[in-house]
Amino acid sequence: MTGDYRELLGAFSAETALVAGALAVLGVDLSLGRSRPLESRRALAGAVGGIALLSALGLCLRTGAPGPLWAGAVMLDRLALGTRIGVLTLAVLTLAIATGTSRTRSPAEAVAVLLLATTGFTLMAAAQQLLLGFLAIELASLSLYVLAGGDRHRPESAEAALKYFLFGGMAAAFLLFGFSLLFGLTGAIDLPPVAAGLRLAGPTPLLGVALVMVLVALGFKTAAAPFHFWAPDVYEGAPPAATALIASASKLAGFTFFARLLWTGLGPAAGNGASLRGAATWLPLVAAMSAASLLIGNFGALAQTSLRRLLAYSAIAHSGALLIGLMGMGASGPGPLFYYAATYGLATAGAFGVSAVLERAGIGDRIDDLAGLNRRSPLLAGALLVFVLSLAGIPPLAGFFGKFAVFSSALKANGMASPVGWLTLAAIFLSAVALYYYLLILKCALVTAPAIGQESRIAVPAPAAAALSVAALLLMLLGVFPSLVLRLFE
Amino acid sequence: MSLLPWTIAFSLIGAGLALAGGARSAAAARWIALLTAAGGGVLTLMAAFHFAPGPGLQTLVDWAWIPEFGIRFHLAADGISLTLLVLTGVAATAGVLFSWNITDQAGEYFAFYLVLIAGVYGVFLSADAFVLFVFYELAIVPKYFLIARWGSTNREYAAMKLALYSFAGSALVLAGLLGAHAAGGAGGFGIGELASSSSRLPPGEQIGLFALVFLGFAVLAGLFPFHTWAPTGHVAAPTGASMLLAGVVMKLGAYGCLRVAMPMFPAGLAYWQPAIAWLAVIGILYAGFIALVQDDLKFVVGYSSVSHMGFVLLGLAAANVRAVSGAVLQMFSHGVIAGLLFAVVGRMLYERTHTRRLADLRTMPLHRQLPFAAAVFVLAGLASMGLPGFSGFPAELSILIGAWQSSPIWAAAAAFGVLVAAAFTLRAVQLAFFGFRPESAAAAAAQAHPLPPITAPEKLGALLLLGATVLIGLKPDVLLNWILPSLQSPLFQAVLKGGSR
Repeated sequence: MTGDYRELLGAFSAETALVAGALAVLGVDLSLGRSRPLESRRALAGAVGGIALLSALGLCLRTGAPGPLWAGAVMLDRLALGTRIGVLTLAVLTLAIATGTSRTRSPAEAVAVLLLATTGFTLMAAAQQLLLGFLAIELASLSLYVLAGGDRHRPESAEAALKYFLFGGMAAAFLLFGFSLLFGLTGAIDLPPVAAGLRLAGPTPLLGVALVMVLVALGFKTAAAPFHFWAPDVYEGAPPAATALIASASKLAGFTFFARLLWTGLGPAAGNGASLRGAATWLPLVAAMSAASLLIGNFGALAQTSLRRLLAYSAIAHSGALLIGLMGMGASGPGPLFYYAATYGLATAGAFGVSAVLERAGIGDRIDDLAGLNRRSPLLAGALLVFVLSLAGIPPLAGFFGKFAVFSSALKANGMASPVGWLTLAAIFLSAVALYYYLLILKCALVTAPAIGQESRIAVPAPAAAALSVAALLLMLLGVFPSLVLRLFE
Repeated sequence: MSLLPWTIAFSLIGAGLALAGGARSAAAARWIALLTAAGGGVLTLMAAFHFAPGPGLQTLVDWAWIPEFGIRFHLAADGISLTLLVLTGVAATAGVLFSWNITDQAGEYFAFYLVLIAGVYGVFLSADAFVLFVFYELAIVPKYFLIARWGSTNREYAAMKLALYSFAGSALVLAGLLGAHAAGGAGGFGIGELASSSSRLPPGEQIGLFALVFLGFAVLAGLFPFHTWAPTGHVAAPTGASMLLAGVVMKLGAYGCLRVAMPMFPAGLAYWQPAIAWLAVIGILYAGFIALVQDDLKFVVGYSSVSHMGFVLLGLAAANVRAVSGAVLQMFSHGVIAGLLFAVVGRMLYERTHTRRLADLRTMPLHRQLPFAAAVFVLAGLASMGLPGFSGFPAELSILIGAWQSSPIWAAAAAFGVLVAAAFTLRAVQLAFFGFRPESAAAAAAQAHPLPPITAPEKLGALLLLGATVLIGLKPDVLLNWILPSLQSPLFQAVLKGGSR
């Protein structure tokens, strides 16, 4: 492996800024913040973290998309650029929500870990090599385990962290095993040579095993069935701000990395989407995961009484739709998948942001606890309306166009009378099921009168209010002008 | 004509202003809503005044919107859309007048109401299937909140049922449109473009895709057996919303069938034509018989809507120029008459007597206590029965004649439905207003408590709608001169049989 370190440093200036920011947060807190009250330490950490994220965003935009670097181990294409912008934006929103609502007693550490997780995400966006990709995923995952356990007041948070860690560790082991098999089969770790090697080797049973191993990790990372079991417990137990990051930026980076891995690296083993036949191919497996996620997510959500668990099942259902986008990417390019993943991230991060503000105000997590939200805080109710309707896919919000783009490209690529076509039709019809549980949330928030003794106004911290407003406005803007995002991939 | 797109923008801006105004006072929100709705109505009338009838859609706005998917923000109108746009303006204005008594969070009520109207205007103006679909779905969510928050009888159940039926229907439409787009290989979603590519598909595919798209739209038009959301939803809705839902929103479904489903898949239409016609006839009769035995007066009106929409669907299924022009006329006519009936039952009667049960209403001397309401209800009932002089007459007559040309037995069965309509309407009029017997004790008690008089907004709204139905009843040519040339466009000529008159 040869490469110019200066070139690499230039390409990874955003990551450098993030790591420097993480160290600066800790340093500032240790030096300036020691004797100050918790509130100002929290504000200080949030400010330093925000500066780090925003400067990383600026550096990302300046770096742009120069193409393959470091002998092809790193790929800074438009998908990488879009994903990096996306995860940094989502991280800024999460940080603002966390700064406003977190109850942790060590705010600087929390912000530093969040910055390290974001570094992992931006590396995942650009990794075009098995090892770099694995390291990036592990950096992100380990940071997320810490964030999930960040609330020491509640045992559920510790439970969530442990569950997430055990499942995640297992998935990482599978992924590494799959990667080692791929290396054994092809003798390469950069994705384009891996693809070339697979093309030469043809389908073998060992490749089938490697594919299954990799897809287990994909299922875990994206909360797709049947590897979704951690999601409801973690989404419910972890601090809502951490969940916002797990559900949004982590998913976006995960989809980008696995899309690159599957199409650039394992493209020769994709198989045929129109017939879904062929030994040692991954499209049939992904189609099965997508179908299971759509069914389990949508029908599981119907039975939920907890808002965050409901959002977890909705996340599983959305993973099913995103996997359809992943399958369609071969024909239509990454535009629809990226648009869906990014706007879904905005909507779900916003919904968990609302949940975070409510938790801070001492309001429970049951859907019924939302009663009278429109009288208690019009801002929260209005923002929740936008987020939930975007998740439901109602125009003119971004969630609608995401669905439209993904389903339209899937049908265009495979036709209606094919397994993927049937899967797409099922996804369209299941969106009517989904509307039911989304409307249940909105019914409580906007229709039901507040419970007796629960009529007081809810105070929304300024950073959280700003983050929620920005997220809601972005969803409307991107929904009405989807070309702002799609243009990136033309 | 070029004024028409402003109706959409006007309604959306009005919704924002009403929300802001509602934070100060209910009266502000109310006046903003009235000005917006009436302004939209005036815009449609001005456009109608300058309208030069001709075949084909006249483009109003055509901007590139999402070039990556070949989607254009393309708005256009012809005589059919203009008819329905004028109806929307009239019904929306009357609906605001009958919502004058909303005081609880009036800003939000009128904001939802005006967003719904913006969606309706948008559907009627769209010449791109994607744009049409966006506006179609934009109209779903406000319906839910209008019913669930400001409604009555079982409102949360009714609102959810209505929203889910609408959304399931629109999911079918989306699936069909995407399938047609993928199979036909059209570059974009323009309705003409889609129609020319998908009408060349093999008949087998057309049959399947037509079923998806037509059924999806027909759910919202109240096609039997998918009509059950309509009576519950319209009964539960607040009066202004019922007027709009039954009067205009059900037409969105019928309009989608006519504008999108039928031109796109001529072979599909030919295959499904008998099935649709029979379902429409069954709907006419079934809903009519149900209306005949209802004790709740609002349910009588709710089922009568389903029955009358059956005529619209029958006219579309007959697929000749006479029947389809009658169907469009019936859409206008029913939009006005359903508005009137819901206004009398939901607002004039229920807000004063606090009952809608015929058994209770007959104990009150309502024709003496509320003579204006009685007169309006009798006139609306006559119009609903399709008597000459009201808009229902030319509409149903054209549909029946057109249906006869396609199949006499459909026409005969539907004509029996006219008799059923007369029966349930007369029964409702008799029991609600003239069932009073002076000797009963309850009657004496009722007479001692005079009811509040009918207010000026109510009178104004009722006169507006009555004027519209009488005008079209006496001079249907006003609308037919717009509708008939539109049906001469190549898009419709491919699917419709028969000469113009």
